[in-house]
Amino acid sequence: MAENYKVLAYELRKQTVAIIMSGKGGHIGGDMSVMDILMTLYFRQMNLSPENQDSPDRDYLIMSKGHCVEALYAVLAEKGFFPLEQVKEEYLRFGSPFIGHPNNKLPGIEMNSGSLGHGLPVGIGIALANRMDHRKNRVYVVMGDGELAEGSVWEGAMAAGMYQLDELCAVIDRNGLQISGSTEEVMAHEDLKRRFESFGWHVEEVWQGNDSDALNQAFDRAKQVKGKPTVVIAHTVKGFGSSIMENQVAWHHHVPEEEEYRQIIHDLEERKQAVLTNSQVREEAAGHE
Amino acid sequence: MNKIPNRAAICEVLMEQAANDRDIVVLCSDSRGSASLAPFAERYPEQFVEVGIAEQNLVGIAAGLAKGGKKVFAASPACFLSTRSYEQVKVDVAYSATNVTLIGISGGVSYGALGMSHHSAQDIAAISAIPNIRVYLPSDRHQTRCLIESLLKDSLPAYIRVGRNPVEDIYEEGSVPFVLNQATVLAEGKDAAILACGEMVAPALGASRLLAKEGISAAVLDMYSIKPIDKEAVLRAAGTCGLLVTVEEHSPYGGLGAAVSQIVAERGTARVIQLSLPDAPVITGNSQEVFDYYGLNKAGIAAKIRENVKR
Ligand SMILES: Cc1ncc(C[n+]2csc(CCOP(=O)(O)OP(=O)(O)O)c2C)c(N)n1
Ligand SMILES: [Mg+2]
Repeated sequence: MAENYKVLAYELRKQTVAIIMSGKGGHIGGDMSVMDILMTLYFRQMNLSPENQDSPDRDYLIMSKGHCVEALYAVLAEKGFFPLEQVKEEYLRFGSPFIGHPNNKLPGIEMNSGSLGHGLPVGIGIALANRMDHRKNRVYVVMGDGELAEGSVWEGAMAAGMYQLDELCAVIDRNGLQISGSTEEVMAHEDLKRRFESFGWHVEEVWQGNDSDALNQAFDRAKQVKGKPTVVIAHTVKGFGSSIMENQVAWHHHVPEEEEYRQIIHDLEERKQAVLTNSQVREEAAGHE
Repeated sequence: MNKIPNRAAICEVLMEQAANDRDIVVLCSDSRGSASLAPFAERYPEQFVEVGIAEQNLVGIAAGLAKGGKKVFAASPACFLSTRSYEQVKVDVAYSATNVTLIGISGGVSYGALGMSHHSAQDIAAISAIPNIRVYLPSDRHQTRCLIESLLKDSLPAYIRVGRNPVEDIYEEGSVPFVLNQATVLAEGKDAAILACGEMVAPALGASRLLAKEGISAAVLDMYSIKPIDKEAVLRAAGTCGLLVTVEEHSPYGGLGAAVSQIVAERGTARVIQLSLPDAPVITGNSQEVFDYYGLNKAGIAAKIRENVKR
């Protein structure tokens, strides 16, 4: 089970990179770091599918770090919201709805984003509306760590704490990098856990933020928390999946050259195969017991 | 074709001047790369402030630095700088009259395929509506240089918008006919006058040359200063031509076309036709595709004049 998701995450990364190559643009570093978060939410947590996307009972996700829309396109395509082929044909092309940020003309996307620091207040509004109507849907807001420098995030953090929005779950893709350097050089937030706690939040720190099982458990625990919003701080690796881009600030929005593209696909495939081999070995070992 | 974008010209001037002027301070909001200001940050780390992704903070801190005696240049994408930080611009920069020059980078539809969050089609309207701040859209790198050099000589607030891509040279290095706050007449004409700003000046010139071959004489004015606007130049053009065509990478509201129309409606006798982006989310694509779609190119401008000129 867990292996299936690991394999899926590598597949979705390959698709994401293919999307970037098709339109010659995108934010590959943050796509790779956020993939396990998105995949875990859409495939293991959220009550959302093309069938119930208009139901008031669906769970909501706001992609506040909207620049990583390519990862979202790959996940939504896999969920059946639109064909992957269509994304690759239209992404960033003239007049296409598959633009470089989420837009809600597309199925599966709730809100337009792209300007950082908007998602949390919007998520709070959705959570409040659900509460007014006595609904229990979860609301997820996915943010970048550089994004946390926006004051609006902390205005929202204050409000979510005060209104005790326990159905609200913020997720921070804590990859430690933004455009101009590390978050610690650009605008530091070392004591993130304490900061959120002091705003009245429950904090789930996930040290293996690219491990779907670890994330899944944190999201499960968050659902049990009453009277407080939860923030999942996912410690991820920017560019996760290929050594040529991991933790490299230049890969924030670098578009791979052909040679680099081949290398990335090779690395992702290799890691996927390693997962499959490991699980086979384990199964065989179990069979011999 | 020139490879240096206007934003890089800004960095060049600031680097030169900062060597002798320790009061020049540059601020960025995780935007030094896209602003072409990374070389400045590297060479003058003590005259550079990084605020992270926080545009309101950027403008507030800029105003404070200016209050403390610094000559401040704050650079961030035009879409965020002009609207996210709007109140800081209004109160802390314009109202308090602090020596801050705001540099809106990647303006207009430079980030064409990224959608409306990243388009700045309202910045001229937004900033122009605030008293006590000037608004400039330079057309090429040489004029950009003159503008920055000139702004360094005074201490009044200003907003400058530049695009992301290098644009054709309009002027020759070292001989730019530049007077602060005055329009530059690039071509004389008697049938129509094209008034353009920023990246639209090049296609305006192109249109004028195209029309000349057909016997239509179209003047071209580089209206890089939108506020204050050169009223005399507008009225002179209106008087000679009777047909003014404004061209801008902006919404039809509150931009160059609107400003020109206001002047002409009061004192002039000419017809004003506005070419601009529509009052709708702009179609996405690279900026040339977007310009072509809305007729903001030399063929589109020429066609508009051909249709409307009285012969
Ligand atoms: C309000 C706003 N300011 C600036 C930007 C430009 N921008 C796009 S991505 C980015 C860096 C984001 O860093 P982070 O939040 O850490 O995201 P990640 O590392 O996950 O890509 C910036 C500054 C923006 N999209 N919105
Ligand atoms: Mg980051």
